[in-house]
Amino acid sequence: MSNISEFSLTRIVSGIKKKDFTSEEVTRSFINNSKKSKKLNTYITECFDQAIQSAKNFDKKKDYKGLLSGVPIAVKDLFCTRNVKTTAGSKILHNFVPTYESTITSNLWSQGSFLLGKLNCDEFAMGSSNETSFFGNVINPFGQKLVPGGSSGGSASALAANLTPATIGTDTGGSIRQPASFTGTVGLKPTYGRCSRWGIVAFASSLDQAGPMTKNVKDCALLLQAMSGYDPKDSTSVDIKVDNYTSKLTEKIKGLKIGIPKEYRVDNMPNEIDNLWKKGVDYLKDAGATIKNISLPHTIYALPAYYIVAPAEASSNLARYDGVKYGHRAKGNNLVEMYENTRSEGFGDEVKRRILIGTYVLSSGYYDAYYLKAQKVRQLIKNDFNKAFTDVDAILTPSTPSSAFKIGDKKDDPVSMYLNDIFTVPVNLSGLPAISVPVGYDKNNLPLGLQLIGKAFDEQTILNLSLAIEKRANFNKKIKVWWN
Amino acid sequence: MTEKKFDYLINGDKSKWEVIIGLEVHAQVLSKSKLFSSSPTKFGAEPNTQVSLVDSAFPGMLPVINQFCIEQSIKTGLGLKAKVNLNSVFDRKNYFYPDLPQGYQISQYKNPIVGEGEVVLDMPYGTKKVGIERLHLEQDAGKSIHDIDPDNSYVDLNRSGVALMEIVSKPDLRSPEEVNVYVKKLRSIMRYLGTCDGNMQEGSLRADVNVSVRKVGDKKFGTRCEIKNVNSIRFMQLAIEYEARRQVKLLESDKKVNQETRLFDTKKNATRSMRSKEEAHDYRYFPDPDLLPLKLEQSLVDKLKKELPELPDEKKERFIKEHNLSPYEANILVSEKEISDYYEEVIKKCDKKLATNWITVELFALLNKKNLSISQSPVSARNLSKLIKMITSGKISGKIAKDVFVKMQVDDKDAEQIVEKEGLIQQSDPKELEKIITKVISNNKDKVEQYKSGKEKLFGFFVGQIMKASEGKANPQLVNEILRNKLK
Repeated sequence: MSNISEFSLTRIVSGIKKKDFTSEEVTRSFINNSKKSKKLNTYITECFDQAIQSAKNFDKKKDYKGLLSGVPIAVKDLFCTRNVKTTAGSKILHNFVPTYESTITSNLWSQGSFLLGKLNCDEFAMGSSNETSFFGNVINPFGQKLVPGGSSGGSASALAANLTPATIGTDTGGSIRQPASFTGTVGLKPTYGRCSRWGIVAFASSLDQAGPMTKNVKDCALLLQAMSGYDPKDSTSVDIKVDNYTSKLTEKIKGLKIGIPKEYRVDNMPNEIDNLWKKGVDYLKDAGATIKNISLPHTIYALPAYYIVAPAEASSNLARYDGVKYGHRAKGNNLVEMYENTRSEGFGDEVKRRILIGTYVLSSGYYDAYYLKAQKVRQLIKNDFNKAFTDVDAILTPSTPSSAFKIGDKKDDPVSMYLNDIFTVPVNLSGLPAISVPVGYDKNNLPLGLQLIGKAFDEQTILNLSLAIEKRANFNKKIKVWWN
Repeated sequence: MTEKKFDYLINGDKSKWEVIIGLEVHAQVLSKSKLFSSSPTKFGAEPNTQVSLVDSAFPGMLPVINQFCIEQSIKTGLGLKAKVNLNSVFDRKNYFYPDLPQGYQISQYKNPIVGEGEVVLDMPYGTKKVGIERLHLEQDAGKSIHDIDPDNSYVDLNRSGVALMEIVSKPDLRSPEEVNVYVKKLRSIMRYLGTCDGNMQEGSLRADVNVSVRKVGDKKFGTRCEIKNVNSIRFMQLAIEYEARRQVKLLESDKKVNQETRLFDTKKNATRSMRSKEEAHDYRYFPDPDLLPLKLEQSLVDKLKKELPELPDEKKERFIKEHNLSPYEANILVSEKEISDYYEEVIKKCDKKLATNWITVELFALLNKKNLSISQSPVSARNLSKLIKMITSGKISGKIAKDVFVKMQVDDKDAEQIVEKEGLIQQSDPKELEKIITKVISNNKDKVEQYKSGKEKLFGFFVGQIMKASEGKANPQLVNEILRNKLK
């Protein structure tokens, strides 16, 4: 049974149901892989003993009602988990153990799955390479010196390396889709309001959204179904019925209109990515879709607007980490000194950078010029999409402007790091759903993905389109296990 | 009644100064749970026993608006005859303090739930309208405790997240007395509405007081100072008196008033600087992304408007018309809802005029003496009504009634029973009275002579003797009649 860990989530769920294998066998298989994966540095907290106990309990009870019955799942360490340390990749929360469970993880557990461990991520989800984590870089299984992307880098690596059958991440500006693209996996950012934010350590509240990361599109539909839903504890959650994504999943997409936005053809984009995009167009044409050239004219303003709105919200969201109530507290001779020392020691450079930017753009005298202007730009970007969607059913773009880069390459150049999010950020600003699906490889044999952007709450269409692409791209995960 | 003229001006060494006052009243919303969490709001609980994960700002916790608090502030807005804004926004006011767990206070900045309104004050020099600028909702902070331990401060988060209404007046107030009447009126309106208990001792009502002065006749306002967090009307008045004089002194010696935030020192009865304008916080307000803009349906506002109870101003008008009261009497009787309720209960079965006197004189004296509110009155409205009825029907005299009233104060003892048991029924039988009167006259023949020769003042003496002989029970009217005849 050594190959269980290579199975898809869907296959594992049905295998357990059909008693091909037990939950314990599944769990041990992933734990074995995980134990040998130290070099990847994906885990912040391992919950292996409890996971085996949960699996044993499951095998005794044999309750197959849930969508994820008997499946162990490791999750990004941004989801609060009851009695399990939750760090957000930060020193300031290195010792924080919540007494509560996030809505998203409890949704998973109520579908019969259980926690395998907490996965590394950029500090407070701020980063595109997983280099900002207090717990060290995560390594991309595609290469010893490669970043997995970020911020859900630990999740992406763990999934690609078969350390977990599926996982969940959060996506504020591309933090699910970019690492998915970098690791040859599927990652979906749902419509803002589709998944509850309750119990997720907040980065930028108006942009944060949790989503599934899986080995294939079908798994993605399944996991999305398990985690989605209205949550009265989150005022921004939307009370719209959750589709039965799996049963409605189909590659029959004939007649759908796909928009190709010209503004996404950016300068210096490698030919390979342009070619990949063309491939995607061909696949969809082949499946019967019509292709339309569209314009999203305000796209170039998305990144600057994002890097005002997100830090502004972050600067306020992170004010609660002051050493008074929980988490790291440094010594100081008075209150202000304690604050200063705690936050100086507790936060890393990227987080500090964003707090500074955010504080600046909200200051009186600068608010109108930055924050308010950025909000107006955000509205223009939304309008662009709304207009486009009067004519097309979905939009196809590359997921990232490059494949996975080397550790250290962009660490000291924040702007070039931020440029990584150029295709993903407009989607967060508009609240729309988008998925990254692996399509091919570049000349260095590194995976590349395409992004499909859908109408609000129409996750089904982008899942279906992804399935059509997936079937045609015939993407094979070419990973040699080098880390054991 | 002659109307007094407004006369609160500060006499400086050089000129007369007018005092300009604006109030930001923080009124705790009467609600069982907090503004954004379900924690209870009961006063006086053990520290940190009414705190949820939301109130203490744990990672990933989110606020959810308490609809009841929204309705309470709409009602208050309607009570202030103000415009209710169907679209309002909750903002974050960012600053660091240990008793502010989120690192920001959720408040309303640019788009408050209630806009402009007004409050009418009855002053001895006539009615005065005070403009309301706005009413917005915000959460309270916790409490820092510095006096338990010499080296450490403690934080109690029970108040953290409790809903407050900040009611901002226009700079329309001109004297400490107007502030007194204004705060009492606001409190009375909110108590009528049941939206704030107005309990200043428990901190349910506090105010930031803005004070500036200008020379009489000047049009432009002077530079103002804000006195933070004053928690009693008396302190507000003292703070204004002090602050106005301080500013006048500065200006008359050619110095400037600095715009600043000040504190009122209740031991020294003086204000002192807390922070200057330059040191003022930059609160970095921005719309709270965890909460959607608050959209209200006009139908909800209409419904709440329909359900609004009768408010003091309307009740006063009605009392004057229906119960034939003077504006002065009506004002006193409507000043608190409980008083007006008591009054209306009493007059259900007895004379209104007499009831007004009994409540405003005898009952209020009693409550004052015992420091009780009317809802704690030892004499119930029904019982007082019985007593008054016995006076009007002639069963007992007014004088006896006062004795009975004293006895009623023990366990609200029934007025009729006291009268029956103690045989206090008024002697109204003319034959019986005649007997007593004849006896008194025959015992005081010399006085009768004097009376008849013109010393009419002695009439009172005879009445006194008769009342004494009857143990106070003789019907005074009948005594007067019979006595007059006898002395002819």
